[in-house]
Amino acid sequence: MVDHTSTTPSGAEGRGPEARPFLRFRDDDPVGDPAVTVNAFLGQGNATAVRIEPGDDTRELLPHLDRVALVEVNFPTLGDGRGYSAARILREEGYTGELRAVGNVLVDQLAFMRRCGFDAFEPGEPLDAADVEAALGRFPHVYQQAADSAVPIWSLRHGKEAGARNG
Amino acid sequence: MYRYDQYDQAMVDARVEEFRDQCQRRLDGQLSEDQFKPLRLMNGLYLQLHAYMLRVAIPYGTLSGAQMHILADIADKYDRGYAHFTTRQNVQYNWIKLEDAGDILADLASREMHAIQTSGNCIRNISSDHFAGAAADEVCDPRPYAELLRQWSSFHPEFSYLPRKFKIAVIASPTDRAAMKLHDIGINLVRNNEGELGAAFYVGGGMGRTPMIAPQIREFVPLDQLITYAEACLRVYNRHGRRDNKYKARIKILVHELGADEYRRQVEAEFEHLLAQKIEPPFAELERLCEFFGDPGFENLAEAEIDRSDPEFALWVDRNTHPHKRPGYTSAVISLKPVGGIPGDATAAQMRLMADLATQYSFDECRVMHTQNIVLPHVRKADLHALWTKLDEAGLATPNLDQIDDIIACPGLDYCSLANARSIPVAQKISQRFAANGKGDTLGELKLKISGCINACGHHHAGHIGILGVDRKGVENYQLLLGGSEADDTSLAKITGPGFDEDGIVNAVETATDVYLANRADGERFLDTYRRIGMAPFKEALYG
Ligand code: HEM
Ligand code: SF4
Repeated sequence: MVDHTSTTPSGAEGRGPEARPFLRFRDDDPVGDPAVTVNAFLGQGNATAVRIEPGDDTRELLPHLDRVALVEVNFPTLGDGRGYSAARILREEGYTGELRAVGNVLVDQLAFMRRCGFDAFEPGEPLDAADVEAALGRFPHVYQQAADSAVPIWSLRHGKEAGARNG
Repeated sequence: MYRYDQYDQAMVDARVEEFRDQCQRRLDGQLSEDQFKPLRLMNGLYLQLHAYMLRVAIPYGTLSGAQMHILADIADKYDRGYAHFTTRQNVQYNWIKLEDAGDILADLASREMHAIQTSGNCIRNISSDHFAGAAADEVCDPRPYAELLRQWSSFHPEFSYLPRKFKIAVIASPTDRAAMKLHDIGINLVRNNEGELGAAFYVGGGMGRTPMIAPQIREFVPLDQLITYAEACLRVYNRHGRRDNKYKARIKILVHELGADEYRRQVEAEFEHLLAQKIEPPFAELERLCEFFGDPGFENLAEAEIDRSDPEFALWVDRNTHPHKRPGYTSAVISLKPVGGIPGDATAAQMRLMADLATQYSFDECRVMHTQNIVLPHVRKADLHALWTKLDEAGLATPNLDQIDDIIACPGLDYCSLANARSIPVAQKISQRFAANGKGDTLGELKLKISGCINACGHHHAGHIGILGVDRKGVENYQLLLGGSEADDTSLAKITGPGFDEDGIVNAVETATDVYLANRADGERFLDTYRRIGMAPFKEALYG
């Protein structure tokens, strides 16, 4: 389990005034390179940023994770939840770089996305900072192990400390 | 029964506040209906033909007396004095105002209930055997496992935007009373040759427009890998289930198109990967849950003889009780299907009475059946007559469990915006017809199920006799189906031929039962006779 999250989001740091709305939970500098498609990435030996579409097989990236610094996962529609699995698989396979949700990202989805390992968001529509804070602080606990460091209720009940694993 | 601890309560309370806030934003106009829709659907609030409908989750159908009481209070306070029990062991209110939705959820939360994930493309309320913990034939009580799955699936971060809704049923006996193989995942708890408990997984069943019976995907999942295996089944579906066509998006289509073997191979690979992630809850949690479902305090009774001198009571005992695992006890079914009534509806007064009877006679517990009736699971045989007398006074002692008038019917065109035809009046006319002609009592077990459209909420595919409402050139029309079963001999019903109008379908049902009566061999149910003689004699009589 990697915990590479900072607790407070930063705004559109490091981007010009024309930058799109941007929410980031990492302390390192954002990757400047444009993300390329999975096919282009697999074909180019030197790309460091890749963009996953819902139909792509995330696992094709696994042999190359050591050279990736940014993975963008596109959510073309609100209801297409494949990106949640893509993110979690990358974290389960040890990916520690930036994992950015782009596209149809609404405030009501942020908490689930954080749990699946996303640590940056580039929503199509800007998010209100107060709404973001409320949404991320809404639920006091979680019921299952995912790609974040939250300790599930069933472990809390049996005396596990924060950061401990189930099993 | 399971009781919330501080964690469960905190989660449900947080949800109430969140939804209250969302409703307020909608009422203030800050949210459009388009923006509000996915949010309200996560909380079981549908916009129907005349009003909002609220669906409340009843995990594995189990309710305490206090919970049944609050459901009655909600019916009085916010609805028109009644509620509707559904085939998914839940309860629905048909006349809800948006202004009240937050208060209703708060009332529910005060008795450890909620409406979370009762709609939307997520893992829905987990259903189970309504005789769980009581049935003589179960290997264990399936509900601790259903509760484990309920908690795992609540607010699941990866599986809240699935291709389509996802329904799980858990049973633990060779007799299937929960239509297990007609669910997206059906789990049957079994013992292996070493005597250990584990779970057989059936994946890819369902009704709707393309009914399918779930194939077995794994014979035995050890109990300490249950959640991990379920997670693997769901992940393969979330990644590869079809999203291009709403009607092909259920997991049954994926399993069918891949084939059970290829789906199994993918699940097993994902399972291997997830085992290494250590996502399984500690075994101590399962043990904690099992304790909630232990012996409620049964007395050591001698096997009791029931006094059968009152013939009406004796008939009710024969039809509406089910063998209990403990001597001197039985499970009693309260029928919500009076002749001419609306299947599954109960008034607030009836709900309060059922709540009080559960407290007095059944260790404070009752169950909702998928057949839209209520069970008092643990009644002393010595108390049966007193219980029956009180039920009879309230019009709740109809002796018709699994008889032709124990009809499952969906809300249909009287409430539902997707309906092609009305279901409720057809159910009412059929039960009146068979009461009037006296044939109802001669038919034995006959399961009749009615859906108002192809979505099959009324399980018509699984009816010994099924009725499906269709739209024929703007006129309500009904197709007749024969030969379905949702029990351990699961089968899908077949359409007899051209449809009928409302009176015609009532006649057609009577004709089908006449064919049965003329052909039945000793001890045969309608379904057995149909399976033996086939469709032809029925067609001949119907269309001849
Ligand atoms: C009145 C509002 C309702 C609406 C709009 C509605 C909608 C639907 C739809 C669209 C489907 C098909 C899903 C699919 O095939 O993918 C469905 C299936 C189903 N619904 Fe409903 N329904 C309603 C009420 C009910 C009620 C009251 C019950 C219980 C009595 C119920 C139980 C079911 C069941 C058991 C299925 C079949 C599950 C399956 O396909 O595997 N629904 N419903
Ligand atoms: S079967 Fe059709 S008509 Fe009946 S409740 Fe379901 S969607 Fe509505």
